[in-house]
Amino acid sequence: MLERCGVERLEDFYADVPASLRLGREYDLPDSMSEDEVRAYFENLASRNTPMVCFAGAGFYDHYAPAAVSYILSRSEFLTAYTPYQPEISQGTLRYIFEFQTMMCTLTGLDVSNASMYDSSTALAEAMMMSVAHARKRTRVLVSATVNPASREVMATYALYHGIRLDTIPEKEGVTDLEAMRAMLADGDVAGVVIASQNFYGILEDLTGVADSVHSSKALLVLTAPASSLAVIRTPGEWGADIAAGEAQSLGMPLGFGGPGLGYMCCTQALLRKLPGRIVGETADASGRKAYVLTLQAREQHIRRDKATSNICSNQGLMSLYAAVYLSLMGPEGMAEANRLGCDGAHALAKGLCETGLFEMKYPGAPYLNEFALKCRDAESLDRFMELCVSGNILPGVRLDGETLLVAVTERRTLAEIDLVINKAVLASGSGINTKES
Amino acid sequence: MNATHYDRLIYDLSVKGRRGTMLGKNRFDDAFSSLPGNLMRGEAPALPEADEPTVVRHYTNLSMGNFGVDTGFYPLGSCTMKYNPKINEEIASMPSFNRLHPMQPADTVQGALKAYHDLQTALSEIGGMAEFTLNPYAGAHGELTGLMVIRAYHMSRGDMARTKVIVPDSAHGTNPASAAVAGLKVVEVKSLADGTVDVDALRSLLDGSVAAVMLTNPNTLGLFERSIPEIAEMVHDCGALLYYDGANLNPMLGVARPGDMGFDVMHINLHKTFSTPHGGGGPGSGPVGVRAGLEQFLPNPHVVKVEEGGETKYRVENRDGSLGRISSFLGNFTVELKALAYILTLGREGLALAGPLATLAANYIKESLKDDYLLPIEGLCKHEFVFDGLKDKSTGVTTLDVAKRLLDYGYHAPTIYFPLLFHESLMIEPTETESLETLDGFIGVMRTIAREARENPDIVKTAPHNTPIGRPDDTVAALNPKLKYC
Repeated sequence: MLERCGVERLEDFYADVPASLRLGREYDLPDSMSEDEVRAYFENLASRNTPMVCFAGAGFYDHYAPAAVSYILSRSEFLTAYTPYQPEISQGTLRYIFEFQTMMCTLTGLDVSNASMYDSSTALAEAMMMSVAHARKRTRVLVSATVNPASREVMATYALYHGIRLDTIPEKEGVTDLEAMRAMLADGDVAGVVIASQNFYGILEDLTGVADSVHSSKALLVLTAPASSLAVIRTPGEWGADIAAGEAQSLGMPLGFGGPGLGYMCCTQALLRKLPGRIVGETADASGRKAYVLTLQAREQHIRRDKATSNICSNQGLMSLYAAVYLSLMGPEGMAEANRLGCDGAHALAKGLCETGLFEMKYPGAPYLNEFALKCRDAESLDRFMELCVSGNILPGVRLDGETLLVAVTERRTLAEIDLVINKAVLASGSGINTKES
Repeated sequence: MNATHYDRLIYDLSVKGRRGTMLGKNRFDDAFSSLPGNLMRGEAPALPEADEPTVVRHYTNLSMGNFGVDTGFYPLGSCTMKYNPKINEEIASMPSFNRLHPMQPADTVQGALKAYHDLQTALSEIGGMAEFTLNPYAGAHGELTGLMVIRAYHMSRGDMARTKVIVPDSAHGTNPASAAVAGLKVVEVKSLADGTVDVDALRSLLDGSVAAVMLTNPNTLGLFERSIPEIAEMVHDCGALLYYDGANLNPMLGVARPGDMGFDVMHINLHKTFSTPHGGGGPGSGPVGVRAGLEQFLPNPHVVKVEEGGETKYRVENRDGSLGRISSFLGNFTVELKALAYILTLGREGLALAGPLATLAANYIKESLKDDYLLPIEGLCKHEFVFDGLKDKSTGVTTLDVAKRLLDYGYHAPTIYFPLLFHESLMIEPTETESLETLDGFIGVMRTIAREARENPDIVKTAPHNTPIGRPDDTVAALNPKLKYC
């Protein structure tokens, strides 16, 4: 091989690299390892992690996926393919993305979907930029204080560098203060409004009249909710949203310490050409056989360069396959049942925890599906409760501040696990005996 | 690949009332029915209804219409389609990683945080950088993050006038697009005839309005930018920072590090250089590294190693001065695990060989095919090179035709019509993981296609013939978009 290349040694290929730039030493890295050694290395690391009975949510949820999902995902033809640039040998990828787009449209109640985004936070940031691109002159976007704080932070980052003024609509009793929103809209300089229909505290917000207010100010309405909930809650489309964007990890994906998840983004037909990311469309080949291709590429970075709708050039391809296979196995009935289980379990846990006297609902009376915020009697008791749970390998929720705990219940959580958490609360409440009143 | 055309969608197979999974019995009191009706969906979503065997067969059949690295040789230029070791997949799916919630207390995820920190440390050594963040989700996301680092740096100095990014005209489209998202104006600098940066043209563009210059090295034509020390000096003298697009890092493994070349900020594509599978377009991972002095600007959150009571612990923290947050959590964590497994497998000796062997494979193909294909730039290349189509232009056979004909022979096509420097660009990157037999097989087929182009051009112009579908009509797809099943 060297001879055909006209060189004598491998180093000769690098004759053009000035000596001053060369590494000139070995990497300061470990010796190579056998496969068995690598496995042992990671088994050792894994032993220092504690997977827990998970009542934590805050954007990532512990749902169950049928075994067939990961089985399909491990197929090399899907796993080891690149972006489907050669449609003749990529119909597998293109077809599942087309299915995914169809499924996301029905979940969000909107007309078109892209082929997926990285995560909810970046999807919301893209939706924010899309609103501004659509509005042309107006560069102000409003985001509700009840949208996931991590996502709001990401939006703020993108806004800062992209030249968008991102203002927060205050919350009132755990939901978006709609009066405040209307006052802010009255300034007439708003391009988009981002609200969570199932918000960070798990509350289902009543958005009656919101779309009218937003649209009469010529702004776009962006709604977000966990993808799984969209199977049962009022859809962004039904609320009159122009764009839906959020996290689809709740479609059975592993927690994976936070990634990969899956961002989704859908919009109305009118906004199609402003939608960022890959989009798959149906067409035919010369002999009339149905075929799928990446389409509307004139929006994208490899054609439009700095005028593109976004810099996104990939997607979460394999995770959109995950969503498609999961939703195919679950179907409408399975999704309804999973949501019903999570909802009933969550209400049972909330009731039980409040009955211990240690907690009360932070937003009493607010409707929620499977996630809710609790206020603990005091910070010390919450410390004690968290400690009792964690030492028993239960993650009872995400602590938002000294006294607030955000708790999520999926269809995986059993009656026994819920009782266990309630018992920990009884213990933490200090009485040491079950004070549960009947 | 299955050449028969499987043309169903899961929706075609849907039968009302079928389902593919059973859930546990509901043992709770009913709360769901009491939720306010106006907050709930009007009707159930139109999802497929199918039993498990139907779903599994459907997706298995779909997979057979796909071509991956495990199917065959994938010489896609600039995409570094190296083999994806299987042990990495097993590690990424270990329950003690995969079942961790991202907001678990740090003490319960010490192994995961150590893995993050180990990879961050290894990449810093490989890149010659002070610190890496693994939070960016993809190469383009890494570029955007890197440019935000640069803007945060300038802003921290009160230097608000730097609003431009200079990119070569041969750069990937994501470079200018990322710059635009980061709020920067893009200025293109022309390449010389050999594809390298025109240093004089670059010098004339450098002034107090420039925030950064983005380069790959080796460049898109697989040529090492010899002037890089001079370029780095010029860029730094004008107060701007030099950004390294890691798309072409692979051939430099073991040879030279971007940090030592004078780059200040860089991203790495774990799905290219560090063997994580491309997954049909993702999930990837685009870690960003910075030289000493810029660490504080990296995105939050960070993973740090601390000593607590004589024990080494890993913590997640936010830093003041950070550019902000760019991801929900700590990036595509299980992808990061795969890259770490790859680095540990190869170790320092193996990694140092990866670059030179990738370069050897590219040069071997180039030298073997240059009698049949037009090589616009003679000489040694690095990991990839570009032909300007067939040498014999009289046949009318285009680069697109050659690419499609390759599919007939069981190869993925190279990258075509990029870079934009030539009309018939055919960009080939074999990577180090292909055997000599595979390279010779590919060379043989490329020669066969060149011969077909002379003797029977129609068979090439109408290719592919042996794939599940022929060339699709892109125009119809875009003119009258059908983007979902109905």
